[in-house]
Amino acid sequence: MWCGRRGDKVSSLCLVWLVLHESLFSSSEKMEDCLAKKMEITVSEAEKRTGRNAMNIQETYTAYLIETRAVESQIEGQCAPVESLWRRYSEFELLRNYLSVTYPHIVVPPLPEKRADFVWHKLSADNMDPDFVERRRIGLENFLLRVASHPVLCQDKIFYAFLMQEGGWKEMVNETGFQLKADSRLKALNATFRVKNPDKRFTELKHYSDELQSVISHLLRVRARVADRLYGVYKVHGNYGRVFSEWSAIEKEMGDGLQSAGHHMDVYAASIDDILEEEEHYADQLKEYLFYAEALRAVCRKHELMQYDLEMAAQDLTSKKQQCEELATGTVRTFSLKGMTSKLFGQETPEQREAKIKVLEEQIREGEEQLKSKNLEGRDFVKSAWADIERFKEQKNHDLKEALISYAVMQISMCKKGIQVWTNAKECFSKM
Amino acid sequence: MSGGAASAPKPLPSSGPKSLREMPHPLATSSSEEMGPALTPSPDLLLPRSIADKDLSLPNGTPVDTSSPASSSSLLNRLQLDDDLDVETRDLFVTVDDPKKHVCTMETYITYRVTTKTTRAEFDLPEYSVRRRYQDFDWLRNKLEESQPTHLIPPLPEKFVVKGVVDRFSEEFVETRRKALDKFLKRITDHPVLSFNEHFNVFLTAKDLNAYKKQGMALLSKMGESVKYVTGGYKLRSRPLEFAAIGDYLDTFSLKLGTIDRIAQRIIKEQLEYLVELREYGPVYSTWGGLEVELSEPLEGVSACIGNCCTALEELSEDMTEDFLPVLREYILYAESMKNVLKKRDQVQAEYEAKLEAVALKREDRPKVPTDVEKCQDRVECFNADLKADMERWQNNKRQDFRQLLMGMADKNIQYYEKVCVTVEAQAGIRVVYFPLKW
Repeated sequence: MWCGRRGDKVSSLCLVWLVLHESLFSSSEKMEDCLAKKMEITVSEAEKRTGRNAMNIQETYTAYLIETRAVESQIEGQCAPVESLWRRYSEFELLRNYLSVTYPHIVVPPLPEKRADFVWHKLSADNMDPDFVERRRIGLENFLLRVASHPVLCQDKIFYAFLMQEGGWKEMVNETGFQLKADSRLKALNATFRVKNPDKRFTELKHYSDELQSVISHLLRVRARVADRLYGVYKVHGNYGRVFSEWSAIEKEMGDGLQSAGHHMDVYAASIDDILEEEEHYADQLKEYLFYAEALRAVCRKHELMQYDLEMAAQDLTSKKQQCEELATGTVRTFSLKGMTSKLFGQETPEQREAKIKVLEEQIREGEEQLKSKNLEGRDFVKSAWADIERFKEQKNHDLKEALISYAVMQISMCKKGIQVWTNAKECFSKM
Repeated sequence: MSGGAASAPKPLPSSGPKSLREMPHPLATSSSEEMGPALTPSPDLLLPRSIADKDLSLPNGTPVDTSSPASSSSLLNRLQLDDDLDVETRDLFVTVDDPKKHVCTMETYITYRVTTKTTRAEFDLPEYSVRRRYQDFDWLRNKLEESQPTHLIPPLPEKFVVKGVVDRFSEEFVETRRKALDKFLKRITDHPVLSFNEHFNVFLTAKDLNAYKKQGMALLSKMGESVKYVTGGYKLRSRPLEFAAIGDYLDTFSLKLGTIDRIAQRIIKEQLEYLVELREYGPVYSTWGGLEVELSEPLEGVSACIGNCCTALEELSEDMTEDFLPVLREYILYAESMKNVLKKRDQVQAEYEAKLEAVALKREDRPKVPTDVEKCQDRVECFNADLKADMERWQNNKRQDFRQLLMGMADKNIQYYEKVCVTVEAQAGIRVVYFPLKW
């Protein structure tokens, strides 16, 4: 599902019809009870604003208008009122961070890129550039729709408030205290290196998401260069227009043919702008999945973290049990500083030993409880994460197949335009 | 004098004289509707009273062989006879093909087979097949320029190639050259005067051309005439409007062709750079396909598709390089040699005017103009008539050549897009249908 409403440019003369492709008619989105079915959500406008930021410094930013409308009442023939509010990119970021922390087992949809990347020369890398803003608007709308159609995420109250409640939303998010729940980067890195027995599927998935990120980045980079070069080819043809015109001035019978052919060369040269603008949407579809790879990795990291935690807790429990045993039997199997000091500075009294054993036994009991619940947590996490990953896989396969088809359609459309122009030019030449 | 050929074929794509019906009779005064204002005969030109009275010696003094069909009276006969002939009565066909490499101790070179089929009386046999190398074509062209200085001689492909940059023995280069040499001979074949030239005949028929070449050199040096047509360095008072116009036209024409050549080269360059990027682009999809399960097939398909596009693009660039650019350059060379002929014409006229003035200054009451001044006048008139007729022929052929060339260019581009279309449609398993919306 890619909702690109970019001021739909439908040529008044032509309509592209796609025939014979099944993939277009199948839908893999299971949006049974999703918000997306009950509510129309759009990011309809973007506006430049100036204001003072947290550090009281004047800044310019873009605000996006989110419009929502309940779907149900429309069926009854009534038009529900449109509710709207303005949000800026940083608020979207806050929302996404909240969702990532609160639902670590979910592959959370990514935001469109913060800064323009993978640009080819004609595109501006400026955040304020109207084309960039427009593409970002579409990306943000897509993000909201993805969240709204996710069976779990769409039910989140903070998300609902993001759509409906302009004032006080930030405070509401901060009150959830989600930042405290967030795992530190360092902790996560540590876990990744030290975990001994992660679920193999997650290891494979992490590997996959790394490779996916790498290959899509490469693809986008080369695609940008390809676009650049193609632009050059088309634009140089514009020079034919001028020289044919000049040449036609000195010719008699050949003049008209040359002149009109020259016009078609101008048309040809100009056509590349629209062609490449359309292709940017394909690039944006790929970018979404480039960023999705990061979301996948986040889920894998969470699993590793939980698994590491579990392993550490188990290890801790084992060592405590061992300590207990040693104290009870009086044998020292493992070296411990305490053991050494007690040896050096005198044995403990039986009472002291009893006390220690009691403390340890208490700790062991607690530890076993904790281990049990951590185990359960871990298994639940794996189960629900893997369910969402399967959902994600299906979505990805569907979306990318669609993207590739629409890319193919773009190429065919470009070819047909090319054939048209050159056929027209050929006719002009034939009249020379 | 220029005139109609023995036969008048339909205008051929490469070159060919106008059909007799279209061509104005050389003795006709004012223009037909085909001749634009640029070709209106100048009022200065005195028309010959009668062809038979003229001493038809060529401007460099070589006497014209009046027994040849190119001579005045038989030409007239041909004209009057051939008015009713079918356009398909060509009697001379020449082709250049079958390039072969010769490796000798001193050098390596290419020869081409030149095949002639003819019913003309000037040829002893109806068919000839000889082997010629570029040198021989170059010799022929020089000979034609010498012996027919009032006519426009078609150009040869460029003589020198930068060694190391272009492979003189590559298939593409040899084929491009062969086509140009074939065109060169066909243009001569279609010319009503040049095709009857003695040197052309020898070129087509002689087993040992080198012997003839040496003989020719010896003869000329015996006669004490320099090979080149030397002009006296006279200053032209007033160039007739039509020739000034032709000169201007050729200047602008060359300029525009030069620009088109540069644009075409630039396009080829950009296309090749685009190709480089595409060659990296395609395989990335393949790599991605290797990561995926369900998407593997469509991704591989895209990769294969891009590969096919690369092939198609390569073919397009090759075609432009081999077929388009050489013809452009040929015409630029053509225009250059034509401007030289115009200069020679100016010289002939200037000489005539100078001599005329010298006579006038003598203040003698001669009833008759001295013979050498008369000769000059004839030369001017012949030159002008030949040149005018050739220019018309050239304009017509140029139009056809460029029509074909540019249509060919459009065709190549259409074919490229069609190839890409087919491969994308096949890979994606879709067909795109356009139809206009009616509101």
